Amino acid sequence: MMHTDTAPPGTAPVFHQEEDHHPENGTLLGFWIYLMSDCLIFAVLFATYGVLGRSYAAGPSPSDLFELPLVALNTAMLLFSSITYGFAMLEMDKGNQPMTQRWLAITGLFGAAFIAIELYEFAHLIHEGAGPTRSAFLSSFFALVGTHGLHVTFGLVWLATLMVQVHQRGLIPENRRRLMCLSMFWHFLDVIWIGVFTFVYLMGVLQ
Amino acid sequence: MFSDSLQKFLFGRFTLESIPFHEPILQVTFAGVALGGITVLAAITYFRFWGPLWRDWMTSVDHKKIGIMYVVLALVMLLRGFADALLMRSQQAVAFGANEGFLPPHHYDQIFTAHGVIMIFFMAMPFVTGLMNYVVPLQIGARDVAFPFLNNFSFWMTASGAVIVMISLFVGEFARTGWLAYPPLSGADMSPGVGVDYYIWALQIAGIGTLLSGVNLIVTIVKMRAPGMSMMKLPIFVWTSLCTNVLIVAAFPVLTAVLALLSLDRYVGTHFFTNDLGGNPMMYFNLIWIWGHPEVYILILPAFGIFSEVTSTFCGKRLFGYASMVYATVVITILSYLVWLHHFFTMGSGADVNSFFGITTMIISIPTGAKIFNWLFTMYRGRIRFDVPMLWTVGFMVTFVIGGMTGVLLAVPPADFVLHNSLFLIAHFHNVIIGGVLFGMLAGVNYWFPKAFGFRLDPFWGKMSFWFWLVGFYVAFMPLYVLGLMGVTRRAQHFDDPSLQIWFVVAACGAGLILLGILSFIVQLFVSIRNREALRDETGDPWHGRTLEWSTSSPPPDYNFAFTPVIHDLDAWSDMKKRGYSRPVSGFRSIHMPRNTGTGVILGGLSVVFGFAMIWYIWWLAALSFVAMLAVTILHTFNYDRDYHIPADTVVRSEDRRTALLAGQV
Repeated sequence: MMHTDTAPPGTAPVFHQEEDHHPENGTLLGFWIYLMSDCLIFAVLFATYGVLGRSYAAGPSPSDLFELPLVALNTAMLLFSSITYGFAMLEMDKGNQPMTQRWLAITGLFGAAFIAIELYEFAHLIHEGAGPTRSAFLSSFFALVGTHGLHVTFGLVWLATLMVQVHQRGLIPENRRRLMCLSMFWHFLDVIWIGVFTFVYLMGVLQ
Repeated sequence: MFSDSLQKFLFGRFTLESIPFHEPILQVTFAGVALGGITVLAAITYFRFWGPLWRDWMTSVDHKKIGIMYVVLALVMLLRGFADALLMRSQQAVAFGANEGFLPPHHYDQIFTAHGVIMIFFMAMPFVTGLMNYVVPLQIGARDVAFPFLNNFSFWMTASGAVIVMISLFVGEFARTGWLAYPPLSGADMSPGVGVDYYIWALQIAGIGTLLSGVNLIVTIVKMRAPGMSMMKLPIFVWTSLCTNVLIVAAFPVLTAVLALLSLDRYVGTHFFTNDLGGNPMMYFNLIWIWGHPEVYILILPAFGIFSEVTSTFCGKRLFGYASMVYATVVITILSYLVWLHHFFTMGSGADVNSFFGITTMIISIPTGAKIFNWLFTMYRGRIRFDVPMLWTVGFMVTFVIGGMTGVLLAVPPADFVLHNSLFLIAHFHNVIIGGVLFGMLAGVNYWFPKAFGFRLDPFWGKMSFWFWLVGFYVAFMPLYVLGLMGVTRRAQHFDDPSLQIWFVVAACGAGLILLGILSFIVQLFVSIRNREALRDETGDPWHGRTLEWSTSSPPPDYNFAFTPVIHDLDAWSDMKKRGYSRPVSGFRSIHMPRNTGTGVILGGLSVVFGFAMIWYIWWLAALSFVAMLAVTILHTFNYDRDYHIPADTVVRSEDRRTALLAGQV
């Protein structure tokens, strides 16, 4: 068998290199793969909602419970937070630390507003007797929406941590990388929410 | 009254009665474990080993040490899981007619559940992960995995899961539901005790480790290959590892989600899998097997990789049909997602659905068969050396084909209606898991042990172990095929028909032979350590290997390779030897490496506390340990000083030592 790179007789081909082999940083790829695995958790929750979402057990149905204006407000909060996170990343690219921090803070406020509205909605449902133990439909509703809410909550804790770290050390490469990861996480949660909004709320009320 | 509620607040549902003082078997076991534990702790203290243990092992982010720790965990859990197997085999051999045997149903049910859970999650999984961890970076010419700290953390999460299972032996009870904890039996109504909660938290905590190690190894293989190593020049073991880790990342989240839903049913009172208020238990069956079927390929693919490496090394030939091997692996990876329903044909999905899943299941045997032929053709006209790893490989090829054929038989839905939940099924999956996964792992241990420790394992006791395992396997499981065809169901603690007894007695004798196989393996380890000077390998390449891990010293230095290898061909090391590669002896530089950290151990410990608190409803402790985990994680991210340089002097010293050793060889 011929080797295309066979060295001339007497000299061996190069089998090692002296300089360090620095592979491109794998963090973003790794985080992306992690996000896809997280996406599968949501896929299971969506599938569960798809199977159990009409098992009302003689209890309330989506059109009895959901108030679309409130959900629209909530969706707006989350979508705005994604836009403002995007602005933060643009400022990060310019190396403008104060503006980055400001946009991150605004993102956090929108995220917190989203969580607050969601908690209000949950409290309201439970108060009306439509808690997660009422029927399989409500179990799968609370599991899906609640898991998304928990993710946003963790995102907020992460955001606060990163703001402290950017404050301490500035926009060093490590912090930029971390902000990139959180950015992917945040937009990912937005995409999931669009699915929740469509399949759970809109289709639930329209059916 | 007050003290009652105080006790409930402080200890949840844990009381002194939760400790099974009245079970003589458990008392003896506990005494044994306690004595053994005290001896080990005393020995560590006496030999002043705590410092090195903490510095060089527990906090290590070196993929080689983490790999070894995984394998040690797997071997310890193998002993526990096998003890359960012996108990079951002896119970079934005697419990006929008036004889109730020595295990009451309450205890027997915990044993078969624990056996399955331990063997899959805490024996096979750490074994596979450990070997991948050790070997993959070496085979691709990398100095570590992509995320070294994450690797350490993953290990400690897996170990924490194992600790929680072990705690259940002496505090409370384990699940009595079978290894997949099907509802409604595993729901709060039917299983109100702590058993299922032990099951849930052990798997959830270990599952985090498994998932993260999957992400880690994928990125390692995709991003960190040495220059020149294109995907079609990857060693087959790296290919199978890549596919396995893709499966891990794409399957374990489903397990996490379905167990979380089961926990909600048990803890909150929701209705996912209950019989009332709209719940649907069959949802659980579907979801758990969407994880569960890929899981069996997660276990077997790396074993296929090991057999490929071993076959080509010990036949002195390049692997026959490399490209077809890669494609077969990828096809199996994809198909493994399209067969899950064959685990419950009897659910009644209808003839069309059952036919679809029956056919996809049968199709999987095609790429698997292609692999068998590739190994056979590699052996054909090869100069076969029957060293211990090769023996395991040949034993596998014979055994696995039988297991595969009974698998295709079970894939036929009408046949499955007869054989479902019978001992035929038990015989089938032990046939492929022992004959495939376990034989593969033991081949891997015998093959790579000299790389990890610098001396070979004793071949005589290795062969003893192999023959006892092989013969023991057939004696133990062929009777179960027969019993299964006669309609005997699994998980029975007692039988009425005395004509069945002889088959169970034979099976118990087989388990005894396997016991001898395991004892021989332990003897093999001791004898090899005692004779390590005679078995020493100073070349780093005791088997005339073909892949990069054999190009470095045994054991490899912390940095694996002083210089990054450059790859020109498949079987890179074989190519280098053939084309007159000479090892560089000067010009070494300092090497950039990750720093050790104790965060993984601390998080692992906290997660055991958290799991224990959740199991026993000790809410204050659960909240406290959860907040502590969060705090430790966040604090860890404030540490930016995570790497260091191995000074050039150190590299020169260890490389000079190797130069001298190699010169002494000639």
